[in-house]
Amino acid sequence: MLNLGDILETITMIQEENLDIRTITMGISLLDCCDSNIDISCEKLYKKIYRCSKDLVETGDKIEQKYGIPIINKRISVTPIAILLGSSGGDPVKYARTLDQVAKDVGVNFIGGYSALVHKGFSPGDKELLDSIPYALSETEYVCSSVNIGSTKSGINMDAVRIMGGVIKKTAELTKDRQCIGAAKLVVFCNAPEDNPFMAGAFHGPGEPDCVINVGVSGPGVVRSALAKMDGGCDLTEVAEVIKKTAFKITRMGQLVGSEASKMLGVPFGIVDLSLAPTPAIGDSVAHILEEIGLESCGAWGTTAALALLNDAVKKGGVMASSSVGGLSGAFIPVSEDAGMVNAVRSENLTIEKLEAMTAVCSVGLDMIIIPGDTHEDIIAGMIADEAAIGMINSKTTAVRVIPAIGKKAGEELEFGGLLGSGPVMEINRSSPSKMIKRGGRIPAPIQSLKN
Amino acid sequence: MRAVVTVIGKDMVGILARVSTTIANANANVVEVTQSVLQEFFVMVMLIDITELNCELAELRQQLEQNLEDMKIQVMHEDIFKSMHRI
Repeated sequence: MLNLGDILETITMIQEENLDIRTITMGISLLDCCDSNIDISCEKLYKKIYRCSKDLVETGDKIEQKYGIPIINKRISVTPIAILLGSSGGDPVKYARTLDQVAKDVGVNFIGGYSALVHKGFSPGDKELLDSIPYALSETEYVCSSVNIGSTKSGINMDAVRIMGGVIKKTAELTKDRQCIGAAKLVVFCNAPEDNPFMAGAFHGPGEPDCVINVGVSGPGVVRSALAKMDGGCDLTEVAEVIKKTAFKITRMGQLVGSEASKMLGVPFGIVDLSLAPTPAIGDSVAHILEEIGLESCGAWGTTAALALLNDAVKKGGVMASSSVGGLSGAFIPVSEDAGMVNAVRSENLTIEKLEAMTAVCSVGLDMIIIPGDTHEDIIAGMIADEAAIGMINSKTTAVRVIPAIGKKAGEELEFGGLLGSGPVMEINRSSPSKMIKRGGRIPAPIQSLKN
Repeated sequence: MRAVVTVIGKDMVGILARVSTTIANANANVVEVTQSVLQEFFVMVMLIDITELNCELAELRQQLEQNLEDMKIQVMHEDIFKSMHRI
């Protein structure tokens, strides 16, 4: 017989501690949909995505019922559209509309891959795609966009950084009547993973197989609760052990769901992304885990150390639990999606500079941060450059997803609703990096030895 | 193929009877039952064989919920517990 304690533990995790499978994401290669005519290319793209993913939502629902575990999102990631645009030419927004339509028709809640990989330079189609992002995101509902502007192996493409500063600003402006939501669906990466199932940064890398199932698990509430049950006098080695064990259990569930989905859909199983992804729900917060470790508030001195411990322990626990771990894997720190982070910002304990330090040890970067609407685009480019530099030097993924709140000032709020949450506009340093940003060019790839 | 049924809630007369009748109607065989009452809190875990089940697991759960209002009921395939708690 199964152990009674184990059964009740699993049920408590699901019912009380918000344990869920955050997303089943089907990655689909569109390399065989390229055509020199953009309309034919869009038609092929629609047919292929529809054919591969028509049963995705239903399969997710079936697994949810069989195992009694909530599967929150079913999503699709595709080959970066800039690659198709390179051979087809034409108006890139046509691709965005087609992606939006097919997402709607198969019933998924996001489709990612309106993307370009420009970390070393621009190939045909890349610049056109970047310039079209504001229009694509304002015209569509389900499409997510990401751009990789740097990597440890190739350095940072500062021309792309400058362009993306303007693209983020313009995307927010074009969606200002909808809480600037467009910018929440746009991520600028350094060292972007090719198999990430989480939005808005998911795309299906060119090195991936034709069609694959990736799973993103979540569970900050479970980790927090496991820590809360510990004796207050336990040292940090024991804290790390408890996080590892909890991450192991969560990831095992992701592995089970992923392999089941892969079997039912007849599609190879890719990776489990074992990320602690917070939601605005009470108790489902990464900031609260840090506070449970022993900080008065997230943002206090010690936050970076606590986050480093958490991020590393999550990876260690998860790696053994799954046959293949990938994606972003670690702890996310999206401000507006995390009730604890929002509180820390409101009480002025958490500043954007501290968040930047935290991104050096978390799994992503400056995520879901709302900045004043009159922020100059070069300042946004400066933020991207700083984040990319942290990622490039430390050989890790970093990203920027900031939302300029058009017409709003520090202290006012944006309300996105759903998993994206809400949060206050954060004040930022206004001194200008324009001269540096306008220089353009490339920051050379860093040396891989003499590490200090 | 086996599933785990858990029923948690306030203790009252006839819980086990109602659960087993519903499960029998769904053509599932009860393999093992553990139940305990802590103060007024009723906790039951039942392992059932669902190889010959005549409906979906989700339907079985719905029927149980109809027959036992105010109780928290879960019907989950046993694989989830095996994978989470065993290496």
